[in-house]
Amino acid sequence: MSSIANSLDVRAKEPGLFRRLLRSRSGAVGILLITFYLVVGLLGALGLTPFPPTEQHPERLQEPDSTYIMGTDLHGRDIASRIMDGATNSLRVALLSVALAGTAGTLIGTFSGYVGGLLDNVIMRIMDVFFAFPAILLALLVVVVLGPGLTNTTLAIAIVYMPIFARVARGPALAVREMEFVTAARCIGIPHWRILLLHVLPNTLAPLIVQVSLALSWSLLTEAGLSFLGLGTRPPQASWGVMLSESRGISEIAPWLMIYPGLAIMLGVLGFNLLGDGLRDTLDPRLRGRR
Amino acid sequence: MLRYLAQRALAFVPTLLGVSILIFFAIRMVPGDSIVAMLGTEAGMLSEAQRAALERYFGLDKPAIEQYFVWLGNVLQGDLGYSVRHGEPVLSVILARFPVTLELALMAVIIALAIGMTFGVLSAVFHNSIIDLIGQLFALIGLAAPNFLIGTLIIYVLSVYFGILPNSGDYVSLTEDPRRNLEQLIFPAITLGFAFSASVMRMTRSAMLEVLGEDYVRTARSKGLREHVVVSRHALRNALIPVVTLVGVEMGYLLGGAVIVEEIFTLPGIGRLAYNAISQRDYALVQGVTLFIALNFVVINLIVDFVYTLLDPRISYVKHR
Repeated sequence: MSSIANSLDVRAKEPGLFRRLLRSRSGAVGILLITFYLVVGLLGALGLTPFPPTEQHPERLQEPDSTYIMGTDLHGRDIASRIMDGATNSLRVALLSVALAGTAGTLIGTFSGYVGGLLDNVIMRIMDVFFAFPAILLALLVVVVLGPGLTNTTLAIAIVYMPIFARVARGPALAVREMEFVTAARCIGIPHWRILLLHVLPNTLAPLIVQVSLALSWSLLTEAGLSFLGLGTRPPQASWGVMLSESRGISEIAPWLMIYPGLAIMLGVLGFNLLGDGLRDTLDPRLRGRR
Repeated sequence: MLRYLAQRALAFVPTLLGVSILIFFAIRMVPGDSIVAMLGTEAGMLSEAQRAALERYFGLDKPAIEQYFVWLGNVLQGDLGYSVRHGEPVLSVILARFPVTLELALMAVIIALAIGMTFGVLSAVFHNSIIDLIGQLFALIGLAAPNFLIGTLIIYVLSVYFGILPNSGDYVSLTEDPRRNLEQLIFPAITLGFAFSASVMRMTRSAMLEVLGEDYVRTARSKGLREHVVVSRHALRNALIPVVTLVGVEMGYLLGGAVIVEEIFTLPGIGRLAYNAISQRDYALVQGVTLFIALNFVVINLIVDFVYTLLDPRISYVKHR
């Protein structure tokens, strides 16, 4: 009896996910970077940028100084304001596309793993079709079919990453469907959709949480890549990819055009990568201390 | 072994069919048609009869499903169709660009393995030391830096500090002029290799850390073997398996063409070919290129399976009776 009480006591002292995450070095730095990124994006969304992001000033290719802290571009637009506006746009694309990909992919993957058999095989082969393309090329194809712009970029990125979520969710679903509590639920006549949503789905969440963080970093990169090629966010709207692309050919005389958007992309991606590492270490005790 | 590989290859047939169906119909959903894409503004000058004749010539007047089966039948006989933009058979357009992509991919992987495995092994052997910290920082930066940023930075550093620009111009093949070929490919290869080396480093490090804790490594050490022999012969060989998987996946993607890097360094590879074909609605070329890319994936997967058996004799695909 006392051992049970002791174990309960230990459980009660086990800190929550967020606290554990903060204790891991990667998790803490990741959260810090993402918070910074969110704040910048939010300020951009609220229009609280130093200057309107598309406003053209007479000072073209101005070096960073006290007025324009990151300098101005070829059209005299303030780089800092455009970085903030770019943060809003890339965050919007990243969050929406991962939400879409995550929801659709998880539902498909859990359903596939739960039903098993031929249907599972067919669904997974269809997912394999998407894996046989380099991500950027598949996104390109979708964008060309749908037309460029923020919404279509979001959809394209969602389609590209959806199969990854399906694969990640399917594994645990396959394992869970053989467990006794699922058999028991089936025996007492609980409908399949309910078993799927209430019993199978929650058990696939741990690996999915890690995946969400990594997918956010990939979708940031893909959005920047598409915009760099001129197929994502369209000018004059700001995007870090567009800004980098615009710096080509003139970065020799105005390196700040390349440095700041480049740093912004790197820090954003780094933040989500570190958070993903931290989450993996925290959620999977076998990995603690390995990375 | 051969039987196993053949079975694996056959299992990929449905995937390839799926890819072909997806692409065939997706490219037909792009607004505008391929006649307009081919002739540009001149398409407006075509009479109805001329347009109909062109459509009949390219088989575009038939229903999409019929077009698909005609195309599939031709593909099975080795005919990938005719590129309207290049005025050449699709297969020869692809084969002319493939050497660029293959060479670039191989160079990038070699660079990535050289950097990534060196850092990975050192980080694992000197676990939790300053070397490990530097290695991990390098990996974090490599993973976070998009290749178009690295490419742009390389061009910047070369032009500002060395006063030179990467040798773009017309592509020269390795057999024609090896030196010029290397000059053209080395910087794009470094760009791609740097990004990939970060993944290789992390994978090598974590696999080595796991292997270095195994009993047989302790046995090897207790036999009195020198540390570098233990690391290179006993540990590294076993740690290589996940790295091979990673290289396989990456090689598959690289052979699909590094669109952005090829664009930055103006290299005529498969990636740019696919990109241009998609934006120009060159139906036959898009279908051919994507099928080719998917086929590369299949071949790479089979090679990876084969390499596993070379690295680890315990992995055998022969059924024991």
